[in-house]
Amino acid sequence: MNDNDYVLRVEDIHKSFGDMEVLRGISFDVQRGETKVFIGPSGTGKSTLLRCINQLTLPDRGRIWLDGEEVTNSGARINYFRQKIGMVFQNFYLFDHLTAVRNVELALLKVRGMGRAEAREKALTELRQVGMEEWADHYPAELSGGQAQRVSIARALAMDPDVILFDEPTSALDPELTREVLEVMRRLARQGMTMLVVTHEMGFACSVANEILFMENGVVAERGAPDMLLHDPRFTRMKEFIGRFDGRPGD
Amino acid sequence: MDVLSILIDWFPYLLSGVAVTLGLVFAALGLGFLLGLPMAIGQVYGSRPVRSLVGVYVWFFRGLPILVLLFLFWFGIFPGLGLGDLSAFVVGAVVLGLRGAAYQSQIFRGAIQSVAEGQMIAARSLGMSRLTAIRSVILPQAMRIALPGWSNEYPNILTDSAVCYAIGVAELLTLASRIVAQTNVMMPIYLATAGIFIIMNYGGLKVLHGLEKRVAIPGFGAGAV
Repeated sequence: MNDNDYVLRVEDIHKSFGDMEVLRGISFDVQRGETKVFIGPSGTGKSTLLRCINQLTLPDRGRIWLDGEEVTNSGARINYFRQKIGMVFQNFYLFDHLTAVRNVELALLKVRGMGRAEAREKALTELRQVGMEEWADHYPAELSGGQAQRVSIARALAMDPDVILFDEPTSALDPELTREVLEVMRRLARQGMTMLVVTHEMGFACSVANEILFMENGVVAERGAPDMLLHDPRFTRMKEFIGRFDGRPGD
Repeated sequence: MDVLSILIDWFPYLLSGVAVTLGLVFAALGLGFLLGLPMAIGQVYGSRPVRSLVGVYVWFFRGLPILVLLFLFWFGIFPGLGLGDLSAFVVGAVVLGLRGAAYQSQIFRGAIQSVAEGQMIAARSLGMSRLTAIRSVILPQAMRIALPGWSNEYPNILTDSAVCYAIGVAELLTLASRIVAQTNVMMPIYLATAGIFIIMNYGGLKVLHGLEKRVAIPGFGAGAV
């Protein structure tokens, strides 16, 4: 398999905050259309890893490639790469002063330089994708958490990214709202979107992920297909971890 | 001649000072805005030298009595810069504006800093440059947050503008004192002047509060719980 089959290559990423070594050499490759899920205890650097990928946090060491082009040390070109790496945040981070549709179209207008009519049409299309078209003219404060998160997914989708990073997208939501967001994510995965997802939702991980990476203390402790990690007796760490708070792999 | 007819006779003259006073106020507010906003951006996002420079500016213009500033510029700084020909009106407006910029910069700085951190992160994650993010995401929110505090600048500058009396700008107070000198009627004239100031104050604040309501966004800013 040559390099071009990978959308994203992550090689030996290290990151420390002061004396705290958060990431201690993380490497993985992502193929187009793949969903990788990152599981693990809090504070093991999962979110930091996602932020390193689009350089919101600068790694101390290691390299990242998107479609064969190096993202790390790309200087001002990082704004170009970030357009192709969507990100969805735990707390949505919708632009509070803009309606749903304007949230989605803002970067189309300001970054892509798209015309008003075209941007509006695309924004509405993306809102339809996540079932939020009827809420297009509502402000973030008027939306439920689940609705807000769906709008933020539409905002990421609008840039036609090569990959979307989901940073605990449902951790701020109750089970009901979690379900509606996961439903949207499942559909995206089916449609072939490439996704990296940090989550505690084992049900989602097991049913959607092509690969689960179980992270602990800044390294990938175990990795493999969900079935393998859950049932192969050689793998114990992740089973121990999920057993600690649940005991079953979720719905 | 009774007091009432003196008042009526001189009232149009007194009112002509309203235009000058409003001219001072709008010029000063405008200059304060044009300087204060970039200063606030510089103080939040700028390099260390930029931040120090703004700090020194704010320290200087907030640290001196307005009358002292006015005399410094009128008698010293502007003539020293070869700008001795500037009219008293221009000097008054500029000094009020420079001083207002110091205050406005701190109003905007506070507002910018109170925009949630995630807003910038989300904007950058979409590929916006820092400048675009500031312009399209941070400032529209910061301006709304700043507006109630900024509204204070109008009565501040309006009342401060009377200090331009000291360098002979033909604003309200200057005209009032001229009328007093001419007619020897004092309290009614100054009371009328005070009345005009109060009406101008009320009207301006009414407009600003209207503006606050107009740009308000559901669940966001001063009105939000």
